[in-house]
Formats: sequence, C-alpha cells, structure tokens
Amino acid sequence: MTCQPTSATAAFVITTLCATPTPGFAATPLSYLESYGSRGDPVRSLTWAMLIISTVVVVIVTGLVLWGVLREGPAEAAGITREGNGLRLITAGLVVTVVVLLGSVVWTMVVLAEVGAAPAAPKLTLDISGHQWWWQVRYEGETPAETFVTANEVHIPVGEPVRINLSSSDVIHSFWVPALSGKTDTVPGQVNTTWIEAHAPGTFLGQCAEFCGAQHAHMGFRIVAEPRDRFEAWLADQLAPAAVPAERIAAAGQETFGRRCAACHAVRGTTAGGVFGPDLSHLATRATLAAGTVPNTPGHLSAWIADPQHLKPGTRMPVVPLTGSELEQVRAYLATLN
Amino acid sequence: MAVPADSRLAVLTEADEGRLATRLERLWATAPGIVGWLSTVDHKEIGKRYIVTAMLFLIAGGIEALVMRVQLAGPDQHLLTPEQYNMLFTMHGASLIFWYASPVLSGFSNYLWPLLLGSRDMAFPRLNALSYWIYLFSGLMLYAGFAVGIAPNTGWFDYVPAASRAFSPGPGIDLYAMALILLGISTTVGAINFIVTFLRTRAPGMSLNRVPILIWSTLTASAGNLLAVPAVSLAFFLLWLDRRFGTHFYDVPAGGHPLLWQHLFWMFGHPWVYAIVLPAMGMVSDALPVFCSRPLVGYTIVALATVLTMVLGFGVWVHHMFATGLPMLGMSFFSAASFVIVIPSAVAVFAWIATIAIGRPRLTVPFLYFASFIVMFVIGGVSGFMTASVPVDWQLTDTYFIVAHIHYVLIGINVFPVLGGLTFWFPKMTGRLLDERLGRYAFWLIFAGFNIAFLPMHLTGLYGMPRRIYTYGPHFGWETLNLVSTVGAFILAIGIGVFFVNILRSLRRGMPAGSNPWNAPTLEWSVSSPPPPYNFVVIPTVASRHPLWEQELDETEHRSVIRTGPALDEGRETLATTPVDADPDLVLKMPEDSLAPLLLALALTAIFVGLLASAWWSAATAAAAGLLIVFAWLWPRRSLAQVAEVSHG
Repeated sequence: MTCQPTSATAAFVITTLCATPTPGFAATPLSYLESYGSRGDPVRSLTWAMLIISTVVVVIVTGLVLWGVLREGPAEAAGITREGNGLRLITAGLVVTVVVLLGSVVWTMVVLAEVGAAPAAPKLTLDISGHQWWWQVRYEGETPAETFVTANEVHIPVGEPVRINLSSSDVIHSFWVPALSGKTDTVPGQVNTTWIEAHAPGTFLGQCAEFCGAQHAHMGFRIVAEPRDRFEAWLADQLAPAAVPAERIAAAGQETFGRRCAACHAVRGTTAGGVFGPDLSHLATRATLAAGTVPNTPGHLSAWIADPQHLKPGTRMPVVPLTGSELEQVRAYLATLN
Repeated sequence: MAVPADSRLAVLTEADEGRLATRLERLWATAPGIVGWLSTVDHKEIGKRYIVTAMLFLIAGGIEALVMRVQLAGPDQHLLTPEQYNMLFTMHGASLIFWYASPVLSGFSNYLWPLLLGSRDMAFPRLNALSYWIYLFSGLMLYAGFAVGIAPNTGWFDYVPAASRAFSPGPGIDLYAMALILLGISTTVGAINFIVTFLRTRAPGMSLNRVPILIWSTLTASAGNLLAVPAVSLAFFLLWLDRRFGTHFYDVPAGGHPLLWQHLFWMFGHPWVYAIVLPAMGMVSDALPVFCSRPLVGYTIVALATVLTMVLGFGVWVHHMFATGLPMLGMSFFSAASFVIVIPSAVAVFAWIATIAIGRPRLTVPFLYFASFIVMFVIGGVSGFMTASVPVDWQLTDTYFIVAHIHYVLIGINVFPVLGGLTFWFPKMTGRLLDERLGRYAFWLIFAGFNIAFLPMHLTGLYGMPRRIYTYGPHFGWETLNLVSTVGAFILAIGIGVFFVNILRSLRRGMPAGSNPWNAPTLEWSVSSPPPPYNFVVIPTVASRHPLWEQELDETEHRSVIRTGPALDEGRETLATTPVDADPDLVLKMPEDSLAPLLLALALTAIFVGLLASAWWSAATAAAAGLLIVFAWLWPRRSLAQVAEVSHG
C-alpha cells in the first residue's frame, strides 16, 4: 500500500495527491472522492472539478458580499440615490457564468459518452437483483451446471469490464459501489444495465441507495476484485456442491436446517431449495451476514439465527424458534459450507 | 394617465379624510367576536393566519428533525425504531415542503399584495379565505393521523411500489394522499386568486414595469402551481385508486409502471421547488434595496429572470431520475437544461450583489438575513449545478450531499428570507418593531447553527452516507461529521426559539413603528401600521416603481398621488384596472365577510375524511352539503352587481 489514509480528513487530502491510489479499507469506505476503475475515474475527475469550481464560486460571492457590506462607503450622504452602474457587474458575472456552464456541459457529455453505455460483449455478465433487504447475484454459465446464485458478495476479475443486469423482486433499490460506479436503480418491471471495472485487486463496499423500507440502512454488499486466476478458483469453489458434513453435530444441523430453514434458503448440492431468502451455499466464505450488517463470525451467526429481528428489525427473516442445541447444530452445519 | 372621471373622486382635506376613514372603517371592519373572526375575508387577517399556521408546521417539522438528529448523532443508536425513523423523516419532509414552505409565502403575499398594489383586497376575498381554511384543515388532517400513530413512512416523495398496498398496507399512505390532494385544492384556488388580482387590481398607473418584484415572483409561482399541482394531485389520486380499489396504474405485474409515479411526481416537484423559492427571492429583491438606500440594480432583468426560471423549471424534472435507467440521449437534454437554469438565478445573485456593492448598506437585522441569504443561495445553487451533470449525479444522488443541497435551498432560500421578511414587515403587521438586540442574537445563532449543521453534510455525502438510513455503522467514518451536524441543528433550533421569543415580547413591548420605519419605497409603507381594514382611504395613483422615494430620487416630474383618488365608499369597493397599463376600468363590488368559505372547507375536508375511511355515504353527504354551500355562496345579490363603469379618460 503506497497510500493508506489514516483518518477521514487525511483521506480527503492524501488520495487526491496520490497518483495511483490503492484500494483497501479506507477510513471512509463508501467515499466517492476516490475511484479505482475505468468507470469511476472520469466521473471522479469531473466531480472534483465541479467541487473546485463550486468552492471558488462560493468564495468569490462571499468575498463580494463582504466587500460590499464592509467597505468604506461614500460619506453618509442622506437620502436615496441611483448612483453607480451595477449592470456592469451583472454582465461580467453572467459572461463568466455562461463560460463555466458551457465548459461543464461539454465535460459532462464527454464523460457521459465514456462511462454511460455498458460494454456490448463483456467476458462476464452478472444478474443482480435487489430484495428487501439483500442482494441476489447470479453468475450465468455456459450450461446450467456452470450457473449459480449467491448473495451480497460479488467477485469480479481485475481489469475486466463487467456488465450487470439489474432487476428487483419487490420495490425500487439502487445498486451503488461508490469507488467503482455511480448508482443505477433496480426498478421492478424493467431491467437496467450498468457496468463496473476495478483496475486493482481489493474489496469495495456497495450499498443500496434508494429508500426501500424498514431496513434500507442495512442493505450493503461488497465487490471483491481478484486477479483472473483467483477469480476462476473462486468460481470453481462456488460451483462445487456442498460437502456432506463429517461431524455429527454438523450432520444433525443439516437435518435441522432442512426442517426449519430450507423453506426459504437454498444450499446447492442438498435438498434445501428455498428461494425467498438468500442462497446460503458456501456461506462460510462470505465476509458478512445479513447484507453487510455484521461480520460473519460464529457469535454473530448464532445471534442472527436466534433473533434476526433484534439485529435487523423488520427483516423478512422470521424468528424461528430453535432449542439451544438445535441452534448450535445449525451454526456448526453452516460453518461447514465453505 | 387617466384618473377616473367619477363623481366620487375625492380630493381630501384632513377633515374629509377623517370622515371618509370612519365611513370606510364601518364598511370594511370585521365584526367583533368569534363569528366575525371565523367569517373575515380581510386579506391581512388571512395572510397573518397563513404565516402563523405555517410557522407551527415549521416548529413541528423542526422538532421531528431534532429527534432524527439525536438518533444520528452517533453510530448504531437505538432511540428510534426503523419504522419510527421512517415516519419522522416522511412527516418532516411533508410538513416543511408542503405545509410550511409554500403556505408561508402565500401568507406574505396575501398580506402584502393588495397593500403593494394599492388595492383594498384580493380579487376574490372569499376564495382567499377558502384557500386558507382548506390549507389549515388538510394539515390538521395529516397531524391528527400522526397523533394516533397513522402516518406515511415512505418519504415525502412516496415512491411506488414501496408506497403500494403490498408494501405499505397501513392507512398512513392513504392519509397522506388525501391530505395532499386536499391541500392541492387550496394551492390551486390561491394561485388563481393571485393571478386575477395581479391582472385586475393594480392601482392606476401601476403598469407592468412598475410592480414590485415580489408581485412578479408570486405571480410566476402561482402560474407554476396552477400547471404543476394537477400532476401531483393526479399521481396521488391514482395511487389511492391502486391502493383502495386495486387499479393497476403503478402495479407492475399487471402492466403498470413505477416510473409513471416518478414522472408525475417530479413534473410537479421541480416547478414546485421554484414556487417555494421565487417569492422568497422576490421579498429579498424588494426589501434588500431598502437597506442599501437605492433601487434594485437590474429590475427588468430580475423580473424576466424570475419568469424564465419558472419556464425552464418545467423542463428539468428528469434530473431527479438520472439513476432510473432512462435513455442516455434523453437524459443529456435534461442535463443541459439543468445547467441552463443556473443562468437566470445568477442574474438575481449578481443583481443583489451589485445593489449592495454600489449602495450604502445599513446593517439592520433584516439586512443580515438578506445578505447572508445571498451566500447560502449560492451554496445551494452550486451544489444544484453539480447534480445537473448526469455522471456526477449518479454519485451524488441519494447521499447526504443532496440533503445538504435541499436544506441550503429550503432554509437558505426560503427560511432566511422569511425570517428577514418577518423582521422587515413585522412593524407593518403589528405597529411595533422587533427588538434589534434579540434579533441579532437570533440571527447569529440561526446563521451559525444552520451552517454548522448543513455545511459538513456535503462532506458526509461525499464520504458516501446514503439518505434516509435510520442508523449507520461505526466503520464508515461518518460519526464525527454527524455529531457536528446534530450540534448545529440544536444551535439552529435555539436561534429559532430566540426569534419567536422576540416576536412574542415585541408584540406587547416593541417600540411603536410609525407608518414607514425603514424609509421604504412601496405603497404598503404609505398607510398606518397596522393598516386599516380598508388599506387605503382613497385608491392611490402610481407614477413610478418607488412611489415613496420619488421626491428623493427626483427622476421625473411625475409624482404618485396617494392622498387624492377615488374614494369608493358606497359599500365595499375597490378599483379594477386594465391588465397591462393599469388604466382604471371598473368599480369592483367586494363581498362582505361570510361563513361560507369556512363551511365549504369543512365540507371538503369531510369529503376527504369520508373517502379515507371508505365511509362513502358520509362522503356523499358532505359533498351534497358542500354543493348547497356553493349555491349559497354564489347566490346572486344586488349589492354585488356591477353598477357603474368608470369612464376612460
């Protein structure tokens, strides 16, 4: 890491000075003042330019107002006059304004042409759909056997534009990875397309950006960008069916899972085939639980299964009454899904 | 310039003036007692009620904001459940955008228009009362629901399908829909009244190039409202049909489309933004020059810019929808239009700056509000300029950057001019000046609190904090900024509190103001403070844009005539003039006070409450009652018949 910001303010300053910022867990992981890919970079430059223009305008106007207020006026000649030619100031101001606006329009259109359309024939296309309150991700393979579904964690190869088809199963959400790409809404009844590209390996946080109900706040996801070979290894892992649990407690957990959880959740390679909740195949490989709400640790996993409404009030996952030993079994089973 | 060649043209001696004033007082005064209070159609009374009611909604919305700020002061707070938070931000937005921002300006315009125009009332005084009562009842309806726990929780923008019955089964959304359609009637009725008042009741000689900018801006806003409000009323009506009767306008499986809602909503929503800032800008354009001891620089282009802003404002709504997947080519047009709309706003900004720069500013409390308003206008403007750029907006939209933007627009461009305007016109409304020292304390608290709360929010947004989240984790780097914003919000609230304390104290103990405490140029300052119920003893004749500054400016030999003119004292009367040149045209017979507006507003409210409760027979009964009231209201009366046409000179 050539450039690891240590605080929010430092990040603000340092990343603008670094020629090639390195992704990582910065102090502000959802900031869009930094970007790490060919879709984000031109927008980041334009955003900075407009921010600087805006700041300069505000400083100039504030200066003019203060100067007007504080300057030594003509001696307190009583009465009302119409002295002075203020129209010159208006004309000058307008000329500058129009020039700046024209420049901004042209730059905007150039950037729009550059980043707007999704690549026509990308090597990887994903179907991502928003759900209250998690993300379903579908990797379409050549054959059904090479196709799989996962949730809330998206792996992509570094340096390749990835096309993403966005849909929604319920209300409008918005797909947003600030460091890689601006927002595209997932609108029920239509498929929107967007694309992302990461030019360096790293993990980039994403977040739902359109208000979508009770748990809009906890609808995060992550993009993991990896070199092509590691990405393909990940794909192969994901395609592997779940192993039959070796330990007794985990085997009992699979049975409990089948009775109590499989109506909503699927685990590929087993009889669990629910479609209402996130697909839990290879759950143990994911970094977080409940769409980025908590880290995927055994403690959090137990807490989440035991009382999802406490951790994420309003979540569609009901409280499923499990005995202490059942809970322990299910957790042990889920830990085997790697 | 023709002065009516009418036998009743009065050239007044002091004794005559006293006699005429007594006679007019008897004709125009509202009867004492509760019935009089409920039946008055005096535009000044209605204007003040609008302002007071709007301020109550400002306080309600402000309290809702403070509760949310406490919740957001630190990460992972649990003061509010997600549902409570969602209700609060919805009620906050709805209260302030719909029930404060526009009505408060209607209040100022209602109070000021006839006084500025040299008339005795609005063109349709009873319609004016109707418009106020509907506004009041629609707001009470919304808050009555809130009091018993029924409130919308899907944002003031109320996007479908989140607002559809499948995802919001409770009655909160229906309540919001009904209250808002009801409010839309009030806005429409008010808009028509302003437009006709502008066209027909300007004092003789007040040609189009002589009306104050506040008149231009309220007129523009009214025309905008007339065209924009139907879109949102329709949107909510269709939503209600979907929810109540299972129609399919927004129902995706049946072929409806969620983006229909967004188009209808923002076709209204963006012009509405201009409707709730243009009149406030107009107040600054008229009042700021008073404290610079010179006329506004660039009157004509400011007036034209006002109208142009609204025209362009109808062509930019898609910039609220850049992320919804619309075609790039279409979006680029809306993007360019959104850049262009900066130009007329820049005209106004440079005109104000030029007025300060070449004038001689007096640093009174109203001036402080108006001068700081310019800077906040520009901050809200440049952040708006950034959202005009499609790819940049894909990042900015739905983050706290936009929260900062909308508050610089709504507080900076609406609340600051309103507070400055209240300080400026309070002596006219009450006859007493606000306390200057308390006023300064309030100003600096409000100014500091507002900027401490909202300036850092730009950065919170750039750091990626999404809007409308009820809490956030500690690992996003937002907690310091949020804490600062919360502190600022409370400072702002204290400042608003001091402002209201000042109002309450000065109502009883303020210094007597006299008729023109600020040496201001327009007609309202020619009458006593507070003005008599009939406004003007005789209808004035106007010879310039600044009737009370003519002696000092001495630009032509023509002088406005304020003490001589048509007396119009055979019943409630005022003068109608021609739309463009304001030549005298007709004597308008004005209606007496009446309970009909109140009763009709009650009937309309009962209809909407009936529809909300699916009590069809109650709604039908209320509709029948309303029809009867309309008959009574419109029943022809000889006293209101047009009797004499003023002959043209």
